[in-house]
Amino acid sequence: MSIKGKAYLAGVYEHPTRDAPDKTTAQLHAESARGALADAGLSFDDVDGYFCAGDAPGFGAMSMVDYMGLKNVRHMDTTETGGSSYIVHLHHAAQAIAAGKCSVALITLAGRPRQGGGRPGGGGGGRPPVGLTDGAPEQGFESIYGGSTHNTYGMCAMRHMHEYGTTSEQLAWIKVAASHHAQWNEHAFLKSVVTVEDVLNSRMIADPLHLLDCCVVTDGGGAVVVTSPEVARSLKRPLVRLIGAGEAPKLQMGGKGLDLTTSGAVWSGPAAFAEAGVTPADIKYASIYDSFTITVLMQIEDLGFCKKGEGGKFVADGNLISGVGKLPFNTDGGGLCNNHPTNRGGITKIIEAVRQLRGDAHPKVQVANCDLAIAHGTGGSLGVRHGAATAIMERES
Amino acid sequence: MSEIMTRPIPAPAVNLESKPFFDAAEEARFLIKRCNACGEAHWYPRTICPNCHSDDTVWEESAGEGVIYTYSVMYRSPTGPYALGYVTLNEGPSMMTNFVDVAPDGLAIGMKVKVKFQPTEGGPPVPVFAPV
Ligand SMILES: [Zn+2]
Repeated sequence: MSIKGKAYLAGVYEHPTRDAPDKTTAQLHAESARGALADAGLSFDDVDGYFCAGDAPGFGAMSMVDYMGLKNVRHMDTTETGGSSYIVHLHHAAQAIAAGKCSVALITLAGRPRQGGGRPGGGGGGRPPVGLTDGAPEQGFESIYGGSTHNTYGMCAMRHMHEYGTTSEQLAWIKVAASHHAQWNEHAFLKSVVTVEDVLNSRMIADPLHLLDCCVVTDGGGAVVVTSPEVARSLKRPLVRLIGAGEAPKLQMGGKGLDLTTSGAVWSGPAAFAEAGVTPADIKYASIYDSFTITVLMQIEDLGFCKKGEGGKFVADGNLISGVGKLPFNTDGGGLCNNHPTNRGGITKIIEAVRQLRGDAHPKVQVANCDLAIAHGTGGSLGVRHGAATAIMERES
Repeated sequence: MSEIMTRPIPAPAVNLESKPFFDAAEEARFLIKRCNACGEAHWYPRTICPNCHSDDTVWEESAGEGVIYTYSVMYRSPTGPYALGYVTLNEGPSMMTNFVDVAPDGLAIGMKVKVKFQPTEGGPPVPVFAPV
């Protein structure tokens, strides 16, 4: 059964905060939910499906369903694939709606990483285990080595440069493009336009990634309301529907043929494009997960916007800048400049795609006649193991 | 910036499946797992072969030699720069590790490296790799 056209993105909301010392994480989830429901013209009582991931405090979905007073939930999903979870949730919500399991699905994300607990790269490990443990099976062979998001993505960039001749200048163009968009977003964490030189001159964090190759660390949240076609048509909002989705894990599988230059987008992307019946050339706007510049480059290649290994050339010279280049991306400023709430960027990728399809993006970055958009996410680390998710959405005329 | 990189390593989590590996590490022996059914070596060591799913897997002593697949020198570190990377063992599998006894600018993809064991804080020693 295809999900094509079976579910609509009726409401979206990005929490305006980027620093929340005065709010709880549960509160940020609920405020985001309220915003997305108001955007759709629906109420908490209309929600009959609830979706959240590991950032939701408490016991699976139960604590948040209880906190928010969702009285009519008959479908729950707490799939956890890190930052890509919310794109997976969009896919699963469409499946549940198509199967008649719910008709108004609420997806929320929120967190407060700025309020202590920023993870340093060095130390690691915590207290020594007493006796034998029974945690993640890879733990004893990985966590001891001081891997963080920075250096595990750094390893991908290093290998990509080795195999394909990708340069730091090319990676820097991705940040430059994001900053050109962020200057128009009043809520963006970083609003200054930066140059390639600014990126190259920022301090080295994890070779070859500089400070400005990294995303921002922000508190905040977001929510998306997904509905059946019948509910969507009863609302007074532009009709934006999901027409294709794919998801895939990419792992190490015994360490044979380790390949850190491709992502799970090589599987989730074609699945989504096939279901939607469109090709990368048809896409007018792309939300591409941007934890680091290298994340964007690899996913653009793997989704088929250019040949493998040619991502460096593709992203250079402003090709990702709306109104300038061929593939306008992350027109809200993305995780690189605008917002990466609780270190998970998946939901903001969906939200900006919906803004573009509604024609509600900032006029300086709005793509003309934007009727087809993609949102793609990576959760976990491209350098260790990750979950990829792709969603293709269209505006119904 | 050419000082030799070192990094204190915390005690690894040891479970029932990995205990023989860390017991051998105490004797500076480097073990990998190989599957009798399909013949493939794998990393990290498991009871069930991730390639063919047979449970006929056996420990095998390895010379711990291989080449650097990739690496990244981490500068955001309170204990000084250190190198995270993957080494592709001569037996086939690639494994995450730290590269040691080398300066931050002394590493390269494809460089030959060999295992050595580094003591940890309150746990068994763990494998790290140094250029040969
Ligand atoms: Zn086997």
